[in-house]
Amino acid sequence: MAVPKDVVKEVATTPVVATRKRRGRKLFRNKQLWIGGIIVGVVVFVAIFAPLLSPVGPNVNDYTNILKGPSAHHWFGTDQLGRDQLARTMIGARTSMEVAVGALVVGLVVGIPIGLITGFYRGFLDDWIIMRIIDAIQAFPFLILALVLAAMLGPGARNAMIAIGIGYVPIFVRTVRGQVMAEFEKEYVVAARSLGSTDWRIMWKHILPNSMTPLLVQATMAMASGIVAEASLSYLGLGVQPPTASWGTMLQNAQGYLGQAPWLAIVPGLAIVVSVLGFNVLGDGIQRWLDPRQER
Amino acid sequence: MAYIVKRLLTMIPVLLFLSMMVFSLIHLIPGDPAQIILGQDATPSAVAALRAQMGLNQPLFMQYVQWMGKLLHGNFGTSLIDHEAVMKLIGQRLPVTVELAIGTLIVALLIAFPLGILAAVYRGKWADFVALFTSTIGLAVPPFWIGIIFLLLFTVKVHLFQSSGYVPIWQNPGQNLSTMILPMVATGIREAAVLLRMLRSSLMEVVDQDFVRTARAKGLRGFVVIVGHALPNALIPVVTTAGIQIAGLLGGLVITEQIFSLPGFGQLLVQSVFSRDYTTVQGAAMVAALIVVVVNLIVDLVYGFVDPRIRLTGGRS
Repeated sequence: MAVPKDVVKEVATTPVVATRKRRGRKLFRNKQLWIGGIIVGVVVFVAIFAPLLSPVGPNVNDYTNILKGPSAHHWFGTDQLGRDQLARTMIGARTSMEVAVGALVVGLVVGIPIGLITGFYRGFLDDWIIMRIIDAIQAFPFLILALVLAAMLGPGARNAMIAIGIGYVPIFVRTVRGQVMAEFEKEYVVAARSLGSTDWRIMWKHILPNSMTPLLVQATMAMASGIVAEASLSYLGLGVQPPTASWGTMLQNAQGYLGQAPWLAIVPGLAIVVSVLGFNVLGDGIQRWLDPRQER
Repeated sequence: MAYIVKRLLTMIPVLLFLSMMVFSLIHLIPGDPAQIILGQDATPSAVAALRAQMGLNQPLFMQYVQWMGKLLHGNFGTSLIDHEAVMKLIGQRLPVTVELAIGTLIVALLIAFPLGILAAVYRGKWADFVALFTSTIGLAVPPFWIGIIFLLLFTVKVHLFQSSGYVPIWQNPGQNLSTMILPMVATGIREAAVLLRMLRSSLMEVVDQDFVRTARAKGLRGFVVIVGHALPNALIPVVTTAGIQIAGLLGGLVITEQIFSLPGFGQLLVQSVFSRDYTTVQGAAMVAALIVVVVNLIVDLVYGFVDPRIRLTGGRS
């Protein structure tokens, strides 16, 4: 019996359209998504256009203006070498984003395939080897792992990225693995399998796209912890090396001048707080938007 | 029982991989570790002697077996700088960190519980808003920045506390607390934020359940319902969170100790990193990971004890 084409089309699309409309309305009402998105947008904008936005170079010394408080000329004051703190904070945003994004890429590139494969082919290898290695990595406190790896690999932005990224791997492996295990028994996967799709295709084309929500939320939250980790490593002297401006090195430098120049400690700290807050709130917003269980 | 056995058995591969990772750390160093430790000017014979002392001239597998054998006897090797047993160095520093960690958790509980309970009693009202705001901001503020701001406010601007001159608590409790209170609060705020967030959402979920409605219907006051009925049932995820937090806390304390110049475990780690004292770095990393593994084990066992459903189903995967 032939079914009219337009009926098939309607049946197939109505729920999708309804879902899209509901998501659209939810998107509009979702304050967290908006607030987080705007903060992150501003931070990313500053990070990208820092050299154009900043009034002077971040490493320009001005020995006639040493440890000067905030003024019309230097909004955030100057440090012990007369360097403009506004310019350094803006370049610091770029450093911070570079390291956090780099670490995120390391974490995702290593974590997603492992999560997919271990979730798909469960058994001895998954249960007793790979997941226990993940447990072992996770047993190291995040900052201690990053510290020790950065120490062994040598200080610098690239090694900080790798060190922080390795700390992310367990998070992404667990997230993807959990999703794969949840999706594995669902009808669309069974259907794809009965149509003869290869395991590889099912993993990457079917399960992964359906696992994007928790992954996106985790990635957003990981950006927040990456910013703090980069600042911590740089504060300890194992991240970005001076004279390159980073919020961590700026705070480390400020500690020596707390009595004379307290503004040096306040501005980079606030920059960290605002960016971390932005990514955390954005993550909550994305979760609420895409996850129907978060309706309440 | 089956749950406990399975949980203990899974520890074996974890500890094995953990030891392999810590062992291989030294081989991550680009170049010859002995040459790097001694510097570029070292004579080839000195480098060879150090290589022999560190066992670097043996096959990798043999190096691991020997290192592991010592480790099982509680021997983490000798510091390359102080020439003292690494275990002894760690033992000297650990009490400072343990005191700091306990104080931090107390601060966190003192902030999180009252606010979390108030948020549940006055759901959707000002107290709930304050709790949500505190946890959101608390999560975003890095503890080391709070530490620096505390130093600025309470030791530079107002001389209320001491920023240096740590003494053990058994020698002079007053002075000890004077140097420890600021770092405890600085780290505690973040831990409080994590606990508060968890406690609030856990309480909100429990509050909707039937037994809580029954308690309300009996005419009990809001506060009694929350503390007496809802809270005990909301604690399970909070206990787990507190356990998982230990790992984050240990990492956070490394940097807190650095800011407040406290002679703890974290400071030892950072100092060894900078003086390229690789055996101490290995030892410290191993101890940190072991602490986390043991605490997580305890939390899991307590968890199974508190919630019989976990024991009966054989545990989570």
